[in-house]
Amino acid sequence: MSNTSTNALNRQRSSFRQSVRNSFTMAYRGLIKIKRTPEQLIDVTLQPILFTLMFTYIFGGAIAGNVSNYLPIIIPGILVQTVITTSVVTGVQLREDMDKGVFDRFKSLPIARIAPLAGSLLADTVRFTIATTLTFTMGYIMGYRPEGGFSFLLLAGLLVIVCAWAVSWIFAFLGVIARTASSVQGMSMIVLFPLTFLSNAFVPAETLPKLLEWFSNINPVSHLVTAIRELTNSGIVGWDFAISLIGAAVIVAIFAPLTVRAYMKRA
Amino acid sequence: MNDMMSKIKIIENSEYAVQAKGLIKQFGDHKAVDGVDLRVPKGMIYGVLGPNGAGKTTSIRMLATLLKLDGGTAKIFGYDVEKDPHLVRQLIGVTGQYASVDESLSATENLIIFSRLLGLGRKEAKNKAVELLEEFGLTEAAKRPLKHFSGGMRRRLDLAASLISQPPLIFLDEPTTGLDPRTRNQMWETIRRLVNGGSTVLLTTQYLQEADELADRIAVIDRGQVVAEGTVNEVKQSVGSSSLHLSMKNDNDKQRALSLVEKVLNVQSTVSMEGGKIIAPMKDANRMTDLLLAFREADIPLEEFSVQKPTLDEVFLSITGQTNVGSDNKDSQEVSA
Ligand SMILES: Nc1ncnc2c1ncn2[C@@H]1O[C@H](COP(=O)(O)OP(=O)(O)OP(=O)(O)O)[C@@H](O)[C@H]1O
Ligand SMILES: [Mg+2]
Repeated sequence: MSNTSTNALNRQRSSFRQSVRNSFTMAYRGLIKIKRTPEQLIDVTLQPILFTLMFTYIFGGAIAGNVSNYLPIIIPGILVQTVITTSVVTGVQLREDMDKGVFDRFKSLPIARIAPLAGSLLADTVRFTIATTLTFTMGYIMGYRPEGGFSFLLLAGLLVIVCAWAVSWIFAFLGVIARTASSVQGMSMIVLFPLTFLSNAFVPAETLPKLLEWFSNINPVSHLVTAIRELTNSGIVGWDFAISLIGAAVIVAIFAPLTVRAYMKRA
Repeated sequence: MNDMMSKIKIIENSEYAVQAKGLIKQFGDHKAVDGVDLRVPKGMIYGVLGPNGAGKTTSIRMLATLLKLDGGTAKIFGYDVEKDPHLVRQLIGVTGQYASVDESLSATENLIIFSRLLGLGRKEAKNKAVELLEEFGLTEAAKRPLKHFSGGMRRRLDLAASLISQPPLIFLDEPTTGLDPRTRNQMWETIRRLVNGGSTVLLTTQYLQEADELADRIAVIDRGQVVAEGTVNEVKQSVGSSSLHLSMKNDNDKQRALSLVEKVLNVQSTVSMEGGKIIAPMKDANRMTDLLLAFREADIPLEEFSVQKPTLDEVFLSITGQTNVGSDNKDSQEVSA
């Protein structure tokens, strides 16, 4: 553990390598916690199943004439909605975690300051992966056969996970600055609902009132949904794909430093 | 091990494990810590005593880099906690007032994760966990989630987690609060063992008996300030020394007894108001035999004979300015005559 410098103690803040290592250890901790309390996965398992069934059968006929025509539209919508919703949990759990005594120990250890934060965000990608897999599986059971083929489906899954990870920085920020876990939940919902519902996730944007249509068109979630539709249904890596990634990068660029700063201040 | 050696080398540079000057912490307009000075020499158990809300935890958290200083300076083995926090963290182990372990994980998983964070390899971490669990008598409960741990087990695990990196300085914030007497004794043993192994321990406590039992030096903190500092005996003496209490079977012997005491012990003594006891300062314990023999020769029957040291409780209460000193819990060795 000691390096070969003149004195074995390390005066500097942690190196990049140490930060990565510490973050992975913290992510490992997150995974054990998930394993220990599987009930916290209920939302990522039930939501994709229920939403796929509900939306398809309730709206399918009205919007697309019949269910099988609706599936290629709705599955990407539900996918995005579900996975983004899952990312709210990041903030709530982070807050709960930070309120616990164990965070005192993390702070008193000579580890990278960012590791507890980075680790929990890393572990959350597992939740996104579960939600993604289940949504596609449910779709498949109901007859969804995306034209783009399996490799584009995989790429679509990856895209949504990356974007959800980016969005989870917003909720992580709320988690760090909030006083209680339930206030994180509340604030997150205020951010979440307009993003997911005022988009083209469930209905075509043209059917919305003018103002909402305008918002839906600039909403990054709409672009993500369109990107997923293009990928899965036609195997196209288009402009919306790029916009989604750029959007994700912008969110991380803004919220990662904000979150880390707020966290360090508290830490 | 190599690491331990280098830590020992590093800390040889400093005579003190902790040097704090004028520590200040302000919460809103309330000064929780208001100019605390502490000097903890290496290799001893140092006790910080104080009533609820005195600022013990706040002080420790500042020394352990967990809380920003609003004023003053603090050095751990000569390293400034504000300038070199990363370095200081490599020299300390912290067991907070409230358990700082992960509730949803097992004891083993907790120790493995902390070990991994401290840079141990997969295998080393596992071995370390096994070794520490064994040392703290937690092997049987190793796999159980902490939710089902008793307070004492949690406390022990917490301490074990602070010792992974064999830190030369260990902060223990109320290590025995909530423990039953047997578990408390075990904890005391552990703490003594740590110091015998070369570590320095700074602990806080509200139990005066605990400080008496364990600490080489103590600081009494009240309302954010150090109000007394020194060895346990010094602090006790700062309030007063032991005194001799005598009461006679027959009240009319009192005058004779008084002059006898003054003659044999060669001191000024007084008759107390309540109970008409004779109270004399006791400087030389050897004179007691002479005094008792003198009483027998003079044929004065004694009702009660006791030597009373001021208890740390009395010291504490008198220093921290609280009254109602209970007279029934005196630390007295009574000899009925
Ligand atoms: N985070 C905080 N915000 C505001 N006030 C605080 C905070 N932490 C401590 N205080 C206040 O600072 C004072 C000192 O608290 P501290 O916890 O250091 O006392 P203590 O000596 O450890 O007491 P105890 O024996 O009860 O543990 C108290 O009045 C407390 O209310
Ligand atoms: Mg305290």
